[in-house]
Amino acid sequence: MIQVVCIKQVADSETRVKIGADGKSLDPSGVTWILNPYDEFAVEQALRVKEKLGAGEVIAVSLGGAGVQATLRNVLAMGADRAIHLKTNSPADPLQAARALAAAIRDLGAQIVWFGRQAIDDDAAQVGPMTAELLQLPCVTSIASFELEGTTATVERDIEGGREVVEVTLPAALTTDKGLNEPRYASLKGIMAAKKKPIDERPLELGEAGLEVVSLALPAARSAGRIVGQGTAAVPELLRVLREEARVL
Amino acid sequence: MARFSGVDFYEIDSLLSEEERQIRDHVRGWVEDRYLPLVERAYEEAYFPAEVIPEIAEMGLLGATLPEKYGCAGVNALAYGLAMQELERGDSGLRSFASVQGSLAMYPIYAYGSEAQRMKWLPRMAKGELVGCFGLTEPDFGSNPAGMITRAERKVGGYVLNGAKMWITNGTIADLAIVWAKLRDEDTGRDDIHGFILEKGMKGFSAPEQKRKHSLRASVTSELILQDVVVPEENLLPDAVGLKGPLGCLSQARFGIAFGVVGSAMACFHAAAEYSKSRVQFGRPIGGFQLVQERLADMLTQITQAQLLCVQLGRLKERGTVRTEQISLAKRNNCEMALEVAREARDVLGANGITAEYPVMRHMCNLESVKTYEGTHNIHTLVLGEAITGIAAYR
Ligand SMILES: Cc1cc2nc3c(=O)[nH]c(=O)nc-3n(C[C@H](O)[C@H](O)[C@H](O)COP(=O)(O)OP(=O)(O)OC[C@H]3O[C@@H](n4cnc5c(N)ncnc54)[C@H](O)[C@@H]3O)c2cc1C
Repeated sequence: MIQVVCIKQVADSETRVKIGADGKSLDPSGVTWILNPYDEFAVEQALRVKEKLGAGEVIAVSLGGAGVQATLRNVLAMGADRAIHLKTNSPADPLQAARALAAAIRDLGAQIVWFGRQAIDDDAAQVGPMTAELLQLPCVTSIASFELEGTTATVERDIEGGREVVEVTLPAALTTDKGLNEPRYASLKGIMAAKKKPIDERPLELGEAGLEVVSLALPAARSAGRIVGQGTAAVPELLRVLREEARVL
Repeated sequence: MARFSGVDFYEIDSLLSEEERQIRDHVRGWVEDRYLPLVERAYEEAYFPAEVIPEIAEMGLLGATLPEKYGCAGVNALAYGLAMQELERGDSGLRSFASVQGSLAMYPIYAYGSEAQRMKWLPRMAKGELVGCFGLTEPDFGSNPAGMITRAERKVGGYVLNGAKMWITNGTIADLAIVWAKLRDEDTGRDDIHGFILEKGMKGFSAPEQKRKHSLRASVTSELILQDVVVPEENLLPDAVGLKGPLGCLSQARFGIAFGVVGSAMACFHAAAEYSKSRVQFGRPIGGFQLVQERLADMLTQITQAQLLCVQLGRLKERGTVRTEQISLAKRNNCEMALEVAREARDVLGANGITAEYPVMRHMCNLESVKTYEGTHNIHTLVLGEAITGIAAYR
């Protein structure tokens, strides 16, 4: 069975990001780049499916600049078989990314196309469902468990106040949530093997952009806290402040 | 505290291959996520957190440089060294576990064992299913192992061993022990040191733990007691005769230590640098005072020098030209360097420096052992002295 995992390289959430000179993008200097954490669950689940079936191929696909290859290598080190790098230096909006991914994936014969539920940088959560739509695949988002029986996958989703169980017939697109699995650490052997695995580099012309980022700003610095009093005597004042000043009650 | 992202003031990364960097970064990530949350408690309560064994085995960190044929990762020397650096950034006890398993237990089986012995032991040791230890030091013979008392006598089908070893890392949790003992050569009548594979449960063989340590508390240290232990012929390592057997293993392990302690030093430097920026005294961060800055500058300089030493040592080892005295120089220098950095860092943290809130005091105490084991600082001085003058001061 062929599985495709779409992955995105994002800035490590530990990095203190700076806004670039254009006021619309991140300043890439000093940023540590990592595999989007939600995508780790997707990679892990694809590898587990392959290991369980004892055969098949896991193909990692990503788009972005040359730096993306380091993250693709990490995914190869975890155990993916090969990678496709759609190379572009321009930022892609979700639909542009979905179109590029769909075009690259269409002829691969994938039974499952995996995505993280969202990328932790822009939190758009659009690329998975949009790509699925372009590929005319059923799509289940934010899955928290996965069972495969022949060509039917049973998945669970955490929804408000409960769990939803969904059955989906392959081929399908799935986006993964936290809790689905515990992603593995690449082994030393895996890292060495990754060096020999192919990354197919394809220059990418992005289509027309539908969205434009107008500006990007850091959240306002938090103002210092205030102690309104001590012990039970302070409760009325605290309630008043929360109600009238902070307006959270 | 900000997440640790390495110390690289001199673009040393540019001297490393992508693969070497990746291996280091992966081990770093694992230590951060999986080991650091366990270590303070393990250290305080003095146990080795054995639950990490399957995980480090899975990553391929046990016997990492040995061939794939034996279930090992087959990585190069520098990648191995950098992995040791990251493990020791966690704790010297963790690196000690990996060093002993890989360099002191698996390596002698690989280098001095028969093919049958290799196939029997190495794959299961690489998987972490079997833990090994290395018994050279005795209560009365530390720096001078040639004087050892432990002895093997030949008997039909094997040997009988008697004696005692002390300060043996992993001893109590080990499934097998590489024990070095004297055996009389029947032709020459001379005593030669040989290596034997002792197995847990052999009659007369016990390994009580040595308690009450103030250093390497998250690592197991034990005595090995041998009373008429019958060891079959097939458990003798055929290709090690004389002190060069154990010394060959120690060269492997010292190489890992030279890298490892750089990790401890980095952890201490990182803690001190972060602390100095946030701790305010006299109205400004203490990092704004020249005396504190000088300390940080010294630490960074020492770490950078040690890193460069390591990279070249790694390349020499890969080329196969490395000499034992070159390893001695790095072990000696880097342990002393790390201890100095740890002590300075402890001071920068003031009273906080002595607590378990920060890793500094733990590293500092650990490094006292690391300075002593695998050849004390003094002994490596004498090795270098001999290399320089041609005169051995200790033999
Ligand atoms: C935590 C820990 C774990 C250990 N793990 C192991 C293990 O797994 N396997 C194992 O076999 N051993 C192990 N050791 C033992 C270690 O290798 C020895 O402690 C070390 O070799 C020093 O021996 P010693 O302690 O007997 O000190 P000694 O040899 O008695 O030395 C005491 C002091 O005298 C100095 N000295 C000795 N001779 C000379 C000389 N000729 N010139 C100048 N100075 C000299 C030494 O440098 C030192 O400062 C471990 C030790 C520790 C602390």
